[in-house]
Amino acid sequence: MGVGIEVTNLNAWYGTNHTLQDINLNIPANHATALIGPSGCGKSTFVRCLNRMHETNPIARVTGTVRIGDLDIYVDAKPVEIRRRVGMVFQRPNPFPTMSIYDNVASGLKLNGYSNRRALDEIVEKSLKNSALWDEVKDDLKKKSGASLSGGQQQRLCIARALAVDPEVLLMDEPASALDPVSTSKIEDLIFQLKSQYTIVIVTHNMQQAARVAEKTGFFLNGRMVEFDSTHKIFTNPSDKRTEDYITGRFG
Amino acid sequence: MNEEKFKFRSRMRALTDNSVTALSILATVIVVAPLVAIFVYLVYKGASSLNLDFFTQIPKPVGETGGGMANAIWGSALLLLLASTIGVPVGIGGGIFLAEYGRGTKLANAVRFTADVLNGVPSIVMGVAVYALIVKAHIPFLPFTGHFSGFSGGVALGIMMIPTVCRTTEEMLLMVPHAVREAALGLGVPNWRSVLSITVKTASPGIITGCMLAFARVAGETAPLIFTALGNSFWSSNLNQPIAALPLQIYVYALSPYDDWHRLAWAGALVLIVLIVLAVSLVRYVTSRGVLKGAS
Repeated sequence: MGVGIEVTNLNAWYGTNHTLQDINLNIPANHATALIGPSGCGKSTFVRCLNRMHETNPIARVTGTVRIGDLDIYVDAKPVEIRRRVGMVFQRPNPFPTMSIYDNVASGLKLNGYSNRRALDEIVEKSLKNSALWDEVKDDLKKKSGASLSGGQQQRLCIARALAVDPEVLLMDEPASALDPVSTSKIEDLIFQLKSQYTIVIVTHNMQQAARVAEKTGFFLNGRMVEFDSTHKIFTNPSDKRTEDYITGRFG
Repeated sequence: MNEEKFKFRSRMRALTDNSVTALSILATVIVVAPLVAIFVYLVYKGASSLNLDFFTQIPKPVGETGGGMANAIWGSALLLLLASTIGVPVGIGGGIFLAEYGRGTKLANAVRFTADVLNGVPSIVMGVAVYALIVKAHIPFLPFTGHFSGFSGGVALGIMMIPTVCRTTEEMLLMVPHAVREAALGLGVPNWRSVLSITVKTASPGIITGCMLAFARVAGETAPLIFTALGNSFWSSNLNQPIAALPLQIYVYALSPYDDWHRLAWAGALVLIVLIVLAVSLVRYVTSRGVLKGAS
């Protein structure tokens, strides 16, 4: 089951570039939350702060509090433990090119020392079914490389890989922006199904996509969060003038 | 008017295209020709002296005809095994440090510079250096030192392998996309595990090529062995004693005044090249098995 995320006074820097300024928001458990805003507004940095991927860049710095469930992630745990509980799907599909489809899905568990074969078989099957890829790949699980699949299939493989470690939160950084419309709609269907079991945070440039999949939407601009509300309210009756300008296409 | 211009232009384009193609074919021929010439000449000169004795007999005393280079082939195999045991792990380890841990640090720059210098050190100098360090000097409590030995020869060849293996490993690791590393870290995989099981594995075809290049290069080295392994006319597997090596044997036989030995030297050179090609192909075959459909 997913857990809620509570962000308080979050600030982030790349070198001297203050990319996130005083972010406060509560992301509800077992819902999809969309983050929209123009390029460079800090939404990707924000999701990378939620699983401590931000700090893998040597010049990056972060202050503030992020609570995921009952865990204060910058105080109570190591980055590797956080990342097992908070899965991530990246903008470009990034399967491990040397691994089979099966090994890609099992990689998170195998690389952390889990080796019960029967349990792995079950988890791989369940994860691929959850990511709606099972029927397309079940005959080639161990024969084909993850890199041999089409772009859309690769992205669903990456989702299966993230699901296999049984996270509570799933972060998706523009998961469909490199995909064609058919693959995109498959990913969206998937998000729709998955949000009953996981807390999903999805960064997107596509406002229709935010409207289709998310209950809550946050609008980011220049490193600040301008507005956070129900998706319906953001798209029909935003409180802030800047939000309205952005969603009506007056800039960005 | 316009149509004529168009025709002229397309003719010029076709001409440029054809000349560039011709030039690149010419370049290819120039690259391949010496290799083919050497091989053909070796077969011409050496094949007639190849027989079963060559692979099963040790050299006959001066004056007797016949004999072979079995001890030299075996000695070379042992020396190269020892050299690879030193050169491959140290080189790969150094490459991992340069690409994954030391990136941008002063230490890494110093290591990279040293490796490049080491790569340019003439092989005879490497032989002299190893001679001074472990052949001439007896290091207390360390066996194999203080006299000529197969061990010192293997060390000299191993040190020569390090810079090539190290720099190719670094280059290949840097070619692994950042997204692949992020994918592993995003799954909660510790950094060391991600480096070994993901980054190095993804780069492994290139790293293996680097190791093979280094191997093939030192397999034919004579100079570093003159002061170290020394050579041996008898069958020996003892790395604590002087040991025969194919390049050394070829060198000695080629400089001798006997026609019979000249012929054996030609045969030895042919066998050396064929064995290197076989070893490289074998490693390629073994490491390419189990590669999946569609893997890059």
